[in-house]
Amino acid sequence: MHKDLLRLARAERTVRGHLLVCVTAAVLAGLLVLVQAELLAGVLSGAFATAALLPLAAVVAARALLGLLQGVAAGRTAGALKSALRGLLLGRLRDLGPARLSAHRSGELVTLAGRGLDALDPYVTGYLPAVAVAAVVPFAVLVRLFTADLATAVIVLLTLPLIPVFGALVGWQTKAVTERQWRALSLLGGHFLDVVRGLPTLRAFGRARHQAEVIHQVAGAHRAATMRTLRVAFLSSLVLELVASLSLALVAVPVGLRLLSGSLDLHTALLVLLLAPEAYIPLRAMGARFHAAMEGVAAADQTFTVLRPDPETTDPDALQPGAPTLQPVAPALLSSVPAAKPGVPALQPSAPPLSAASTGPRLPAGDGAPDGDAPSSAPDAASRPPTRKGRLARTPSAARQIPADGGTPPPALAVARFVTGGDAGGGDAVRSPGVPEIRLEEVTVRYPGRRDAALDGVSLVIAPGERVALVGESGAGKSTLLHLLLGFVTPARGRVLAGGVDLADLDLDAWRRRLAFVPQRPHLFAASVAENIRLGSPASPAQVAAAAASAHAAEFVEALPEGYDTAIGERGANLSAGQRQRIALARAFCRPGAEVLLLDEPTARLDGRSEAAVIEATRALAHDRTAIVVAHRPAMIDLADRVIRLEAGRVTAETRPTTGATR
Amino acid sequence: MNVLRLAPGMGRRLLVAVAAGAAAELAAVGLIGAAAWLITRAAQQPSLAALSVAIVAVRAFATTRGLFRYGERLAGHEVALRAQASARERLYEALVPAGPLGRRGADLLSRMVDDTDAVQDLLVRCLLPAAAAAVTAAAAIAVGAFLLPAAALVLLAGLLVAGVVLPACTAAAARRRSTRLAPARAELAAGVADLVHGAADLAAYGATERALEAAARADARLAALERRQTRANAAALALGTLVQGLTVAAIVLVAQAAGIGQVATAVLALTALVSFEPVLPLAAAGERLAGVMAALRRLREIRATPPAVPGPATPAAPPEGPLTVRVDDLVVRHDPALPPALDGVSLTLPPGRRVAVVGPSGAGKSTLLSALMRTADIESGSIRLNDVDVRDLAPDDVRARMTGLTQDPYVFRASLRDNLRLAGPDAGQEELADAVRRARLETWVERTGWDTTLGEDGRTVSGGQLQRLALARALLHDPEILLLDEPAESLDEPTADALMADLLDATRGRTTLLVTHRLRGLEQVDEIIVLESGRVTQRGHHDTLTTTPGYYHDLWTSETLTAGTR
Repeated sequence: MHKDLLRLARAERTVRGHLLVCVTAAVLAGLLVLVQAELLAGVLSGAFATAALLPLAAVVAARALLGLLQGVAAGRTAGALKSALRGLLLGRLRDLGPARLSAHRSGELVTLAGRGLDALDPYVTGYLPAVAVAAVVPFAVLVRLFTADLATAVIVLLTLPLIPVFGALVGWQTKAVTERQWRALSLLGGHFLDVVRGLPTLRAFGRARHQAEVIHQVAGAHRAATMRTLRVAFLSSLVLELVASLSLALVAVPVGLRLLSGSLDLHTALLVLLLAPEAYIPLRAMGARFHAAMEGVAAADQTFTVLRPDPETTDPDALQPGAPTLQPVAPALLSSVPAAKPGVPALQPSAPPLSAASTGPRLPAGDGAPDGDAPSSAPDAASRPPTRKGRLARTPSAARQIPADGGTPPPALAVARFVTGGDAGGGDAVRSPGVPEIRLEEVTVRYPGRRDAALDGVSLVIAPGERVALVGESGAGKSTLLHLLLGFVTPARGRVLAGGVDLADLDLDAWRRRLAFVPQRPHLFAASVAENIRLGSPASPAQVAAAAASAHAAEFVEALPEGYDTAIGERGANLSAGQRQRIALARAFCRPGAEVLLLDEPTARLDGRSEAAVIEATRALAHDRTAIVVAHRPAMIDLADRVIRLEAGRVTAETRPTTGATR
Repeated sequence: MNVLRLAPGMGRRLLVAVAAGAAAELAAVGLIGAAAWLITRAAQQPSLAALSVAIVAVRAFATTRGLFRYGERLAGHEVALRAQASARERLYEALVPAGPLGRRGADLLSRMVDDTDAVQDLLVRCLLPAAAAAVTAAAAIAVGAFLLPAAALVLLAGLLVAGVVLPACTAAAARRRSTRLAPARAELAAGVADLVHGAADLAAYGATERALEAAARADARLAALERRQTRANAAALALGTLVQGLTVAAIVLVAQAAGIGQVATAVLALTALVSFEPVLPLAAAGERLAGVMAALRRLREIRATPPAVPGPATPAAPPEGPLTVRVDDLVVRHDPALPPALDGVSLTLPPGRRVAVVGPSGAGKSTLLSALMRTADIESGSIRLNDVDVRDLAPDDVRARMTGLTQDPYVFRASLRDNLRLAGPDAGQEELADAVRRARLETWVERTGWDTTLGEDGRTVSGGQLQRLALARALLHDPEILLLDEPAESLDEPTADALMADLLDATRGRTTLLVTHRLRGLEQVDEIIVLESGRVTQRGHHDTLTTTPGYYHDLWTSETLTAGTR
């Protein structure tokens, strides 16, 4: 049995119980076949009276009942196992966090946690009971044969091991080849899906028809390769069948001849004839279920790869065992011209070693923060004074100790408040006491498999209530900076302080409750519009409507067939990009308590008028809060007190907005 | 249902597979029958010669059974692979003309692809085993009829129950359950997809736990339904075992009552016992059949859906020479129940002219491009290419001349090079590099590498990069009439400015229709059309429009104000 799966089955009480019932029932039913053969041979040979048909019927009924029990228990085992694995997998997704999650092939994760686990069904319900039966029944048959007829027993004893031996030999020969083929098969499915999804693009460039021919060719080549493999792979079952049926002939013919000479009675002869095949059947049944079971094993392997807390789970290649095979197929699917060099330089494991940022232990959301010394309530955190400049020089290990010596004199706080209050210029000298100062000290962030750091030694102080625009080319590290503040990624070097407390020591859940975030591509959930806006907050319908109005979403939401109760389709497909963006903005508006706004290009997909409206809304939202906005458009940039330009992970310029036209 | 239609040109292969499968099962029945005869007859101690035929038969059946089985599996898998490939090709063919899918989502697409696998299951798991079982059952019943007609009747009854009634019950039950299972599965899939794709949103809003709980609830509901399903399947299997055993017992009873002797009784009983072996798995096949039939029905529906844009029966010859596009009073409607997306739009695009279309989101800008690319049909009015109505042309011919950067460009799971080259299959490295440079993508390409595989859903490609990749494709493809749908969308401001400047440079003197919501640089285009709610509300040159009250003026004012640096 699969090592990790077995451990899990042992650990889960329900799984263990059901599995035990299932296996026991299967073995008992297998043993009852012996009794059935005994009775049938007796009746047919005339050794038992016709009345023995009654116990025969009873045995058959008992077998049927045990079969029912086995099936039900097997279903329960599989169900409990799948639920347990799914729970672990989803929990693991949470612990990986959004940043590292996106490094995985998200589609494959969705498939794995959804239908992918169904591949375990044949393994649990078919293969495992078959293994148990194969481990017991052939021996029971052999014992009975030895007591009935020594010669037959010897024949069976000698031929029986041939099945596993040949099976192993042939299987060993073909295992690698078949596994590659199975993967190629799923890959082909993946590519067909890929082509179907990209059909509008292919159509736009007149490649759609051509692609039909390519699909045909790829399928043909794949079939030829598969059949070559199957011709060898099916040899194992041919050997199993041959050994089993030839053994029956080997048993039947001498038995017939010995009957002829009178050295054997009919009862024994019939019993031997009925029992001999039963020695082989369990082994063949096990072999027949092997392939389907291997798919389950593959699913289990994939699951445990994701679950394993090892560094390699962060490797983007971890979930694509077929990656090497992908290379020859992929170019063929898109163009008839083979690619010049099918290497994958950027994603190869030869890339620099994974950084501590992504591989080191990371605080799982919710339960990682030490209870005693990490202030989690807002005022407490804010009362921590800003860290002094001198600490910038600290080594990262020293920097980790910050909560222990955070008691710097309070006057600094008042100064900071006064300065920032006056500076950010709303007139009110004292900002809301909850809004924390955010400080980055020499922060470097690396993503696994990427050569360049996403953020490279960034130091920043963002005063409470300050509005900061992050600008720079795509890939400069703007989104990473937001993810850093959200705790989705952790620094490889340096540290992030919120209200003077290292983010690594904060209760991430509590910290995130103080944030409102609008990602670059907001995800809309398969729920109602209201649920999508409310997301995690207990807001009333009126508050939801108000938030929507503030985000300039109310107009189109109210035009929807069921208004705020309209269910949003698959990935929000029935809303335009701009509308999706505004729903996501409404989410931020729905958290009046948030102290820090993190907006990733909130107006990226909006036309001019909506943009102006959203900018007004953002301005209102940013009042009395810290706002860190990744901005592309001048209007958004203009909203900021300070513009920070990032280039290749470094801060290259800090300026005031150039115009101030709208202020 | 016509299997040969599912697997065209495969009749012979299918027949070989069925024959081999039946032969393998018959050999199994023959083996046990001959062995039973051999042993019971030997017990009567006849001469050795009387047994020789049986001995040969036993050995022959024993040898051939495995070989036939091997042949069946090979032939069956070959047919199944061909059938699946052909189902996929047919599905693809049905999808190629724009329309049948409309705006359906990615999950639906994957289900469709899964549905094509159903053809494989239909053959390997349903039809071939059923055919082999039927032949075996017929043979066993024939043997029975020869020895004792009453026993044959008992066997027939037993086989009918196990091979017809039980599979029919499992199929019916599966059909009934699938109406509940499918939504439960979909719910779980949606929950998981939300957790993965919405991980950032959930984490940021502290809603992860709740989403996990919702997924766990969906999982529990699905598990309960699946438990019920396995219970039903186990019951069917148990009933099959029961029927097999009772049938054999009844046959023995009937045979002994009829007094046909030990040899015939043993042969009857043992052939009956073995003839159930290929029949019993049919109960599981019946369950699978329900799913298979539903999948095939869905595929048929897709194939039966008419394309959104019907092509003419005999397409006219595409016009030659420099092309002029004339749009006259164009009306396009996506949904009969809704007002038209385009309501009487006219424009002329003579060779070399550049026209920009601006307007608020939902005004019909993209619909106009879809109509030009023949992926949205014309309700009334016309689009003409050099006086040839596009409805008289093959949609592919229209798109060959009029295409470019579309909404929602797709990144294929293939190398960066191949992702570009799909727009120019014959392009050399020089041309690829040039398109990349003009789309201002060269830094990214250098960093990423030409042969890097780009990820599914374009996840490893940021929004801006995706947009520029799509633009590079359009530039590489170099159509006579270039259509650009929001080329600067989701680019950062300096890049967008630079890109638009480059773009306006690169398209100078070539026929271009540009949809945009940024007005900067539009003074360079020949005409600007303002679309609002499907109608043209303003048209003219930038200088005129900025001084005329209206949408353009307002937008321009807001843009100059917010940008400040005009």
